[in-house]
Order: sequence, then structure tokens, then C-alpha cells
Amino acid sequence: MTFEYKVQGGDFTHAGYASSQVKKMLKQLDVDNVVIKRVVVCLYEAEVNIVAHAWDGVISIVLETDTIFMKLTDNGPGIPNIEQAMQRGFSTASHEVREMGFGAGMGLPNISANADKFLITSEPGKGTTVEITINLNSTAV
Amino acid sequence: MKVTDIVEKLGLNVFSGHEGLGREVTGGYVSDLLSDVMGHAESGDLWLTIQTHRNVMAIASLKDISAVIITSGEKPGDDTIAQSNQEGIPVLGTELSTFELAGRLYSLLN
Repeated sequence: MTFEYKVQGGDFTHAGYASSQVKKMLKQLDVDNVVIKRVVVCLYEAEVNIVAHAWDGVISIVLETDTIFMKLTDNGPGIPNIEQAMQRGFSTASHEVREMGFGAGMGLPNISANADKFLITSEPGKGTTVEITINLNSTAV
Repeated sequence: MKVTDIVEKLGLNVFSGHEGLGREVTGGYVSDLLSDVMGHAESGDLWLTIQTHRNVMAIASLKDISAVIITSGEKPGDDTIAQSNQEGIPVLGTELSTFELAGRLYSLLN
């Protein structure tokens, strides 16, 4: 099964919509709760990154029998130094975004801690693609 | 212990999400950083924060938080209240600071 969700940069009102839909779907499919939690953490953080940093983006979810593959592609400023972006506490979020409690430099480390496979590719000035795979049948990270 | 028991024992205001007052509480988490809550809160926790915007409810729902407690007399926004009612996750309030409330809650739960 494949699903797509559009994400609008700056639209914090709807941030988390895709994560919420995917959570409901996995619950209906009776996926283990621990696995659902890991999927939700990864997807929400990646979704909020598009809202906080990019102009717009698309989330595509590919659900197979034993894995969920989440690909988030955005049009945005891109990440010049991915290694730096991955460091806990590093953030380029705006003051407004930080005031809401986002942008503490914890999002990407959260994804890394919960994903089975996690890949970021980025072209500065164009955008970023985040690819996350989680095995549905294993609770261990 | 249920959310309603904690409301009664700590004299909290119930702003919204009355439907969820029967939810079971197993612990608590204190943070105003949303990714911290995303990464570390457990389902069944009460979440103490001074954040009042609706993204709090998105996270509370995704993490299966039992109820959100807004401290220091802050009030939730209208859209936060609307989403709390929709999700059936109570938003509670207190004049106490996060520190004071966390202390009382900790004694109550342990």
C-alpha cells in the first residue's frame, strides 16, 4: 500500500496530520505498539522539519507486510552539513519556532534512535530528502 | 489512578477534554521542548508544560499522553481546547509552578 501526504511549510496548524493518520492505520493493522511508537516519533519529527524549515514537501509511505518505508521530500533551503545537523542540540530553527518548543536540535537524533534505516540526502538551495525504514515485526532498534 | 482522581486531589482546573477524565495515569513527564516529549514521554504519562498551543495536543495524542497540565496559570488557546475535545485528552490547569506541581504529583503517584 502506498499513501501520500502534502506538507505546507510554516503550517504548524496541521503539523502531525500524516503521523496521526499513519498511527491510526498501523493500529488497525494490529502492529505492535512499541513499533507504532517508533514509527510515530520518526514521522512526526521529519514532518515537523518540513513545516519548520522548508517551503513545501511530500510524504510518501510505502507499507509492506514486514516494513514501513517513509520518504519525505521537500523543496527548501537544504542542509549544507548533514553531519552537523545530526548533532544533538544543533538547530537552525527561527526564534518563533523555538518559542513553540520546537527547534531544540533533538529531532534528527530522535529519528536516528528509532529508525532501523535512516538516510538524509540534501542539495543546498533545493531541498532535502529523508528516508526512514522500520521493520514492523521486530521491536528492537 | 485516574485523571479525575488527580484533578480532585490537586485541585486542578479542567479546561477541556472531559471525556478523557477516566484515562489511567501511570507516570508523569515535565518538559517544554516538544521533541523531548516526543522522544522520552511514555504513554499514560501526565505532561506538565507551560506550552499552550495546539501542537501540544498533536504530540499528546501521538504519544498517548493521559492528560496535559498547563502550569503557572497559563491558559490553553482556543484551537488547543478544540483539539483536546476532539481527541478526548483533557487539558488541565493550575496556578502552581511546574516545580511545585511536579513535587505534589510525584508524591501522589509514588
